[in-house]
Amino acid sequence: MPLQTPPLRGIHDERGAKFTEFGGWDMPVEFDSIQTEHAAVREDVGIFDVSHMGQIHVTGPDATELMQRLTSNDVSRLAVGDSQYAAITDEDGIIIDDTVVYRLPDEGETPESRGDGDATATYLFVPNAGTDEATHERWISYRNEWGLEATVDNRTDEYAMFAVQGPNAVGIVEGVTAESVADLDRFEARYAAIDGVDCWTARTGYTGEDGFELIVPWAAATDIWTAFDCQPCGLGARDTLRIEAGLLLAGQDFHPDSNPRTPYEAGIGFTVALETEFVGRDALAAIEEAGVDERLVGFQLIDRGVPRHGYDITTTESRVIGTVTSGTMSPTLEQPIGLGYVPVEYAEPGTTLQVVVRGQSKKARVETTPFIDTV
Amino acid sequence: MSFDVPDDRRYLESHEWALETDGLVRVGISDFAQDELGDVVFVELPDEGDELDQEAEFGVVESIKAVSDLYAPVGGEVTAINEALFDAPELVNEDPFGEGWMLEIEADDLDELEDLLTADEYEDQIA
Repeated sequence: MPLQTPPLRGIHDERGAKFTEFGGWDMPVEFDSIQTEHAAVREDVGIFDVSHMGQIHVTGPDATELMQRLTSNDVSRLAVGDSQYAAITDEDGIIIDDTVVYRLPDEGETPESRGDGDATATYLFVPNAGTDEATHERWISYRNEWGLEATVDNRTDEYAMFAVQGPNAVGIVEGVTAESVADLDRFEARYAAIDGVDCWTARTGYTGEDGFELIVPWAAATDIWTAFDCQPCGLGARDTLRIEAGLLLAGQDFHPDSNPRTPYEAGIGFTVALETEFVGRDALAAIEEAGVDERLVGFQLIDRGVPRHGYDITTTESRVIGTVTSGTMSPTLEQPIGLGYVPVEYAEPGTTLQVVVRGQSKKARVETTPFIDTV
Repeated sequence: MSFDVPDDRRYLESHEWALETDGLVRVGISDFAQDELGDVVFVELPDEGDELDQEAEFGVVESIKAVSDLYAPVGGEVTAINEALFDAPELVNEDPFGEGWMLEIEADDLDELEDLLTADEYEDQIA
């Protein structure tokens, strides 16, 4: 199957980007160097093309109920312009995907207007790369099964998405938007015009830094991207940044088939609103009550080496107890760090473990995450 | 993008270079290889005195995004390793044909160098 391409594929190529396949998309992995891009985001500001992320739009009289029953968090808490991180779980409480749910201005209102009438509440949520079609089908299937009145549109091909991240992100975004967005709190969003085009501008991101994510019409993507005069960053830096921030990568830190995990194991129990009714809720209530056997931990390698996805984690007696799900040489800390699942009795910060790096046992220590101070 | 390919040395298809001086063969990776790898963050090298066969794995170079095995261009005894790379692996990116060298081998048979690609042949490979 041919790879999907982001609207800026040609522009990235001209800029000298290297590309990688990610979730069926041909995405820029590196523009200058991962370390340069990583440092720009930690110290200044950088912009990522994350147009491979899905965009699904849900509206209609039962939109809130449909979202409530298919995501783990409490959608009813969202006023217009709010967003929340959530898990999408199966009947067993296993994470199928993680997502951010945005509440858009209600259907029929202009982008500038505000309202909170539930009858026409409108949501946009962002499934991970390559999962948009399956997620769309899941929403349609459950909507039909439950007889709910809601329209579900997969708009992944209609919108590009950019992330502007870093301590100086506010200034650079303010410099291009017609309306101020500096007053937005974390996880708040509104439409702001860039080059005369309304862009959904959210104080969200996945780097551990302050910043914004902008969901912009595909046709305006080039003008909007080029309006930002800052370091372009690829998926390579995005990965090192999110590991330092202790954030999960779908498909790697959890996968419904190859690494089935509940939100409690994965450290995102805060996305589970057990007081709401959703697919997987009952299973998760039981797990919450009983406690988990394994948990995702962050660790630092004490010996020389770099932990990588798939490496064994062992006790100091070399008994295999887990697997590295993500690992890298942290550009900020200049130390090898990683994430992996271990039995809860080994999950306390300070616990000494080993990681098997190409046949050699390397000493590691469990650390609290995020590895660095983040917003 | 064009890459340096000095013609004073030979190359392996796996992107190591070999430079012979007075019977000692210095080894590193090419400019093309360091660019493909991106930021090099870790280099694992053999110990001095280790014996290597031609094309044997002698170590590993890791960038942030990838792990790559290293292969010996000639067989022989490792007489020196570039310990500077343990503290400054970025030398491989900054100066792959100079300060970023990795090890020196006292070759058992210098004729093995003839098995390797010339600069022109290597340039064709990476074109």
